[in-house]
Amino acid sequence: MNLSFAITSLEQGLAFGIMALGVFISFRILDFADLTVDGSLPLGAAVSARLLTMGMNPFFSLGAAIIAGGMAGAITGFLNTKLKIAPLLSGILTMTSLYSINLRVMGRPNIPLIGKETIFSFIRDLGIPYPWNNLLLLIIVIVAVKLILDAFLNTQIGFALRATGDNPQMIRSMGISTNSMKMLGLIISNALVALSGALVGQYQGFADVNMGVGTIVAGLASVIIGEVVIGEKSIMIATIGVIVGSILYRFSISIALNLGLAASDLKLLTAILVIIFLSTPRIKKALR
Amino acid sequence: MLKIKNLEKIFYRGTPNENIAINKIDLTVNEGDFITIVGSNGAGKSTLLNSIAGVFPVENGTIILDNEDITKKTEYKCAQKIGRVFQNPLAGTSPEMTIEENLSLAISKSNNLSLKWGLSKHKREIMRKHLEKIDLGLEKRLTTKVKLLSGGQRQALTLLMATVANPRLLLLDEHTAALDPATAIKIKNLTAELVNENNITTLMITHNMEDAIKMGNRLIMMDGGKIIYDIPAAEKADLTIEKLLKMFEIKHGGKFNNDRMLLSV
Repeated sequence: MNLSFAITSLEQGLAFGIMALGVFISFRILDFADLTVDGSLPLGAAVSARLLTMGMNPFFSLGAAIIAGGMAGAITGFLNTKLKIAPLLSGILTMTSLYSINLRVMGRPNIPLIGKETIFSFIRDLGIPYPWNNLLLLIIVIVAVKLILDAFLNTQIGFALRATGDNPQMIRSMGISTNSMKMLGLIISNALVALSGALVGQYQGFADVNMGVGTIVAGLASVIIGEVVIGEKSIMIATIGVIVGSILYRFSISIALNLGLAASDLKLLTAILVIIFLSTPRIKKALR
Repeated sequence: MLKIKNLEKIFYRGTPNENIAINKIDLTVNEGDFITIVGSNGAGKSTLLNSIAGVFPVENGTIILDNEDITKKTEYKCAQKIGRVFQNPLAGTSPEMTIEENLSLAISKSNNLSLKWGLSKHKREIMRKHLEKIDLGLEKRLTTKVKLLSGGQRQALTLLMATVANPRLLLLDEHTAALDPATAIKIKNLTAELVNENNITTLMITHNMEDAIKMGNRLIMMDGGKIIYDIPAAEKADLTIEKLLKMFEIKHGGKFNNDRMLLSV
């Protein structure tokens, strides 16, 4: 593997790492397997790209993506908590609707951002050359997101959110609405996923309506790799694990491609990877 | 302080499995009452507590707590004034969170949730004081995840969490039934201590006749969704298990059929 390959993997790992943090919230904190992310990732990219073509400041376009993602999460939350549709199906329904919505947002299936000002070109124009512009920006964003998330999960509301996924009966006994907590968790989760989508779009230079396929599996892979490699002793360690997991995941994909695997086989590889990591604890137990 | 009027709860209404779990119950609980509730299987004891706690809607009747109609309030809204401990010692705590994080939620119960830190020096001091009282050494293990505690330790923690915010009403549903005998005794003593100290109005279901007689100031016996006896403190003092069983047989016209209870008599 040459250096440029390593740098690309690292950049992708960081950009998608924010998505993995979002999946961590829904999957691990809320215990809610939320498939909305396959739609909210391209939603973030679509909103950001469309606004860029309209001449919006690239940083503000990230904010718009965050809001759009939060709204997508709220819809899944509404379907699940108010209409009592099962979590998996709620996510699938929102994800499916988002495919049409993303096309509407973009007005076409693909928006190229070549030559447009993005957050990455902005930093480059400040005099920081490639690849440092990308790396610096991505590291700043993901560290900020991680620290804010850690802090939030240690507030009173954060405690309630964590207990909701862990023992909903207990949280109701504490006088807290599990529905509100689920809603909040899904909003935050999908807001982060959409932010990640917007970053990925600006980073790779285009937004595409199909770029979200397999997001949930990649996110799960990152979360689980992180747990196996770094552990989950505390929230702070767990979120580091998610980011490391995301980077390792992108590296393993790059290595697989370098070894001659066809790009079209990647989804299969990812799925197998997730299965292996998910079953590792059970296999270890059985072998003991 | 708690007034229940004409309460009726029917499960599977309008089906062949229709089951009248609570059959037009009236009950007035006075401030500071500690009521033990006994009855055979299916008597409606748990359903009564769950109805008060707002777990499900009831068919008929009203439940008034502190002059406020809570009949239609959902579970989490009722919980703001009501503390509960369940039979399952795992039900009342969050296993992946630490002792201090669990307790923090209980201490902030009376306030609205906010973005303030969940833990603080001040809060930890309060926690240590409370944990010292239950005398299980948990005050030295604030950062231990609750899943690492034994069932008895978790039930003690749940009991503390249910009482620490001074609820208006405490509902205990056979909360020592799943524990080993020695631990059960500890939890019972702790219950009496916490309830007396804070003068919390309490309803406690128990399968143990002896406890039902010894603990509390009032005893209620339920059968077939009705309250068949409501025994005040004065009479309760002279009660024996034999007397209680006889009283049951007179009203019920048959033997007492709570399997767990027979074992413990």
